[in-house]
Amino acid sequence: MSKTLQRRLLALWLLLGGAFSAHAQLTVDITKGNTSPIPIAVVPFAGEGLPLDVAQVVDADLARSGRLSPLPRASMPQRPNQATQVDFLQWKLVKTDYLTIGRVRPDGAGFVVEVELHNVLTGERVLGVAMNSTGTGLRLAAHRIADLIYEKIIGVPGAFATRIAYVAVEGPVAARRWRLVVADSDGENPVTIVDSKEPIMSPVWSPDGTKLAYVSFEGRVSSVFVQSIQTGVRERVSGRAGINGAPAWSPDGHRLALALSQPDGNVDVFVKDLNGDGPPLRVTDDPAIDTEPCFSLDGQSIYFTSDRAGRPQIYQIRLAAGERPKRLTFEGSYNARPRISPDGKTLAVVTQDQGAYRIARVDVATGQSVILTTGRLDESPAFAPNGQTVIYSAREKGRGVLASVAIDSGVVTRITAPSGDIRDPAWSPRL
Amino acid sequence: MNRLNQLFTLTALIAVSFTLAGCPKKPTVKAGDSSAAAVTQTSDSGANTGRGTGADSNAVRPLSDTRGAMPSGEGELGATIRFEYDSSEIKAEYQPIIASEAKQLAGNRHLQLRLEGNTDERGSAEYNIALGERRAQAVKKALMLLGANDSQLATVSYGEERPVSDGHDESAWAQNRRVDLVVTAR
Repeated sequence: MSKTLQRRLLALWLLLGGAFSAHAQLTVDITKGNTSPIPIAVVPFAGEGLPLDVAQVVDADLARSGRLSPLPRASMPQRPNQATQVDFLQWKLVKTDYLTIGRVRPDGAGFVVEVELHNVLTGERVLGVAMNSTGTGLRLAAHRIADLIYEKIIGVPGAFATRIAYVAVEGPVAARRWRLVVADSDGENPVTIVDSKEPIMSPVWSPDGTKLAYVSFEGRVSSVFVQSIQTGVRERVSGRAGINGAPAWSPDGHRLALALSQPDGNVDVFVKDLNGDGPPLRVTDDPAIDTEPCFSLDGQSIYFTSDRAGRPQIYQIRLAAGERPKRLTFEGSYNARPRISPDGKTLAVVTQDQGAYRIARVDVATGQSVILTTGRLDESPAFAPNGQTVIYSAREKGRGVLASVAIDSGVVTRITAPSGDIRDPAWSPRL
Repeated sequence: MNRLNQLFTLTALIAVSFTLAGCPKKPTVKAGDSSAAAVTQTSDSGANTGRGTGADSNAVRPLSDTRGAMPSGEGELGATIRFEYDSSEIKAEYQPIIASEAKQLAGNRHLQLRLEGNTDERGSAEYNIALGERRAQAVKKALMLLGANDSQLATVSYGEERPVSDGHDESAWAQNRRVDLVVTAR
């Protein structure tokens, strides 16, 4: 029932600001779920001397979603690139429901990509777009095309024209190195933006996708930084004595929720105004651990992890003064690290299940929980911006890998680095 | 032990040369390749601790064991206290170590320790940071009850980020659930 489709992606890792570089392969594995994906064909696009096989990038995106099943090129009965060249009968015979054709031509400094999506059964053209790649690059244009095709067929926008941030950890325990890496959603173009001999944790994207907040232990103390992806300019937004951790952006990007410790080590949730100089505002006040905050969509309340009832569970507190937190999770003895879905209805959490740590989704209204993953050490869930997929850290054969699970189909995709561990993924908003 | 000494000497030399060269203690941001985002290089404010190098890190030993052989200063591992799963209770077998450490702290007010709390890899990373801090605080309280001063003890929690064993079974986890007592001044 399950088969694995493997793609090897060659990626350039830029280190030390390009002073030297090394090649490294990220491997993306797709394990198909139990739903039957919709058959589609993405015919190679017309165009001479292109720097990128645009159709191949689109094909790989659609395959990775698990919702669509692209036809291998070798099985294509013809290779049209104009609507007039399409013989729909031939595509019906190879059981393809949708056909994508396109053309790429130079345009000034960039390219124009013209794409058409045809419904093979009706012969109808359901999508026709021209996309200019100037300023974005051909690869991003390809991901945007995949987003549009996905939306047209599935009814929900894709999340391919996005990036992921993650932490790469390499080296033996006594000489470890932590890097904060930003890559395209398919694992391509990984770029190191922070390189440290001390731990880096918990990256999160600003709502506008231009900055990352993260925790760094450089100098052997924890601090929360906000760093511009483009320029590398960064600011230490929290560097109190003790714990400075678990940053989470408010939906408007003006505030950061944090986990900060008191002198006695007790950890509570605070909110810091990024535009003001005032001290962070304390949100929780309990001798137990209160950490891992996450804003609700309206910015009026915060979900967080607390062990005030003995074991970690998810709570919600309204930011209006004087209200007690409300416990949301009651299933299972361990629920932690909440992340809200883009529609605000579901939390992705780490839950303990038969002695293993797995990712679950929790209905905010009812508290009902559904376990999504089957690993033993799954953690750090984060939603894709279209809410269709949850990305998380997993451990496989001793290696730290990233995995994503499609909420509907259960399709799991894994991204593995050539060496060392990768973990703590964060999914950017749409680019 | 010889290798550990060499490593320590080497890192100490590097640290000294950095200090002499006026290497910035704050992280520096280097301009990136034009097509890529910039890379931020963080730099240590102190030397490598030389701790967690494997063989000795498992041993529970009082501070005085290796002190004579090691150069004084930042980053010398004094002792390690280990914990049960999801617990910050100091087990009876570690009381002699706590007592010995506290005695030295009380006898030498220049002696300062950084108590580094750690957890195993299971569960949520930021929750584990809080758990590691709880362990470090438990050790701090125990040392202060026996005469150490608050000003001699700093805490940091690395959560699951700094294991001494990179295995993924119960014996590795048991080694990683710990507080390291690291000498930062004497």
